[in-house]
Amino acid sequence: MKQLIILSGKGGTGKTTVAAALAHLASQELSLVLADADVDAANLELVLDPVKQETHDFTGGQVAVIAAEACVACGRCAEVCRFDAVLRPSPALPDERFAIDPLACEGCAACFYQCPADAIRMAEQQDGQWFRSDTRFGPLFHAHLFAGRENSGKLVTLVKQQARLWALDTGAHLLLVDGPPGIGCPVIAAIAGADLALLVTEPTVSGAHDLERILSIADHFGVPAAVAINKADLNPPRAEEIAAFCAGRNIEVVGSIPYDTVVTEAMVRGLPVTAVGDQPVGQALRAVWNLVRRRLSGDE
Amino acid sequence: MIVAVASGKGGTGKTTVAVSLVLSITTDGQDFSDRRSVNHAHPLFLDCDVEEPNAALFLRPTIHERRQVGQRIPQVDLAACTSCGRCAEVCQYHAIAVIGRNVLVFPELCHGCGSCTLNCPPGAIDEVLNVTGVIERGRAGAVEFAQGTMNVGEPMAVPIIRQLKRWMIPPGERRRPIILDAPPGTACPVVETMRGADFVLLVTEPTPFGLHDLRLAVEMARGELGLPVGVVVNRDGVGDRGVDEYCAAAGIPILLRIPHDRRIAEAYSEGVALVEALPEYRERFRALYAAIEEGWGR
Repeated sequence: MKQLIILSGKGGTGKTTVAAALAHLASQELSLVLADADVDAANLELVLDPVKQETHDFTGGQVAVIAAEACVACGRCAEVCRFDAVLRPSPALPDERFAIDPLACEGCAACFYQCPADAIRMAEQQDGQWFRSDTRFGPLFHAHLFAGRENSGKLVTLVKQQARLWALDTGAHLLLVDGPPGIGCPVIAAIAGADLALLVTEPTVSGAHDLERILSIADHFGVPAAVAINKADLNPPRAEEIAAFCAGRNIEVVGSIPYDTVVTEAMVRGLPVTAVGDQPVGQALRAVWNLVRRRLSGDE
Repeated sequence: MIVAVASGKGGTGKTTVAVSLVLSITTDGQDFSDRRSVNHAHPLFLDCDVEEPNAALFLRPTIHERRQVGQRIPQVDLAACTSCGRCAEVCQYHAIAVIGRNVLVFPELCHGCGSCTLNCPPGAIDEVLNVTGVIERGRAGAVEFAQGTMNVGEPMAVPIIRQLKRWMIPPGERRRPIILDAPPGTACPVVETMRGADFVLLVTEPTPFGLHDLRLAVEMARGELGLPVGVVVNRDGVGDRGVDEYCAAAGIPILLRIPHDRRIAEAYSEGVALVEALPEYRERFRALYAAIEEGWGR
């Protein structure tokens, strides 16, 4: 079983569009399992029309809770908290008590250990949910991190673990992971164990800047990378610069995808762009898939 | 007033909007004689997308000052340590372990909360800065600029954003415009950016992906943080009516529409700000800021 992850660094370069297209093409020739590792803005489900088979709660961590009746208002909790999570009572409101802002609390428990009145307890907090769904291309493991919550890295790890176990149990050939933007903890969790990272970039100064950073992440974690240049004809000289940069770093460019509104049309219809007639974007993505497949099997 | 520019989905045009907004409200080279101009002489711009900071590519600031930032991590004085294991017991992140007479610290797991230091019975723990990134400040014309950059391979963006904001925004600062360019998503780095803002401007595109992530961003900014929100529809004209219908039903004002225009995408690809490529937009961004200030901000 091979593991392919789609990443980009910069958001909005077309990760999910590419992931959905590769899922469509891959499913025609092999068995695959899908995972959406972008747990705070999961979009793959909008194209794959999943039918949920399992739903599980995700408890990522704890938050501090102050029992108002036991609190002696000494302010020690606010003193030790480094995350500005303790809300001090306003002097103008005599009935107000010390309280914890659960969105700011990182669950470190420093206040819990320091409170002289034992008025603080640590409470488990449900941070999200994860799902196993059926799609026409294969099972999809995906999740929803509740708004503003922490532990997205933990949830990504959980989703990937479940997807991987399912793929191993069912003898699937490919685990295809749609990654999150950025280079932080969810990306680090998502890239772990991948056989190939397909980096989707665009010919813009931001795209090129972020490509360098995400390539360094792939290097850092020892994952081989390949690059697809999306919206390549938007700025052909910049696209050539990116191709030259990749050549200089010995990174294979597995395709250039034109800028076309068919991508948006397909999204509105809830379809992978490769399933909407025969057009240049679909053709380019077929070429990408052929090179990616060869690359994955070559590494065997 | 502090305006956070965010989106949920990446690549919808946060940086385009944030940069054009700040460039449009400066008095730099402008005949800008209404009463608000005094306050807008030196707006502040913070790039809080520390994983992928891109605003500097458009604003081209001159950097005057740079600071290394990160977390304070424990450093144990083994001569004073009694190997009691209390530090490992109180650490919620498994970032410190006591093995025999030795104490191991795992910096990438440490949140820098200081609980081990506070709870060490012999007081054998000191703290040192574990550098995970850099924050920088400078000027781009009339705009005071600052950004944070997280080092590659580091997991935690939040401490860098927190320190960037503390460095640049004095408590109670409300006189001048402060524009925050947020990271994508709806997780903790976005919360850290939005905390303390007076208004959240959500940039979206009129597509199913844009709408899905806009809903999540509204849930977070308005629902969880209780902040007023407004929407900028970028690439207006592509996609469908979903975003319009949602905003109408949820009572969210659409404050600006930027049409789908290949010239804008091409200017962006070269690192040219929208209001520099198409100066006719300056007036519309100025009106956007005035609308937020007068009608919608906290």
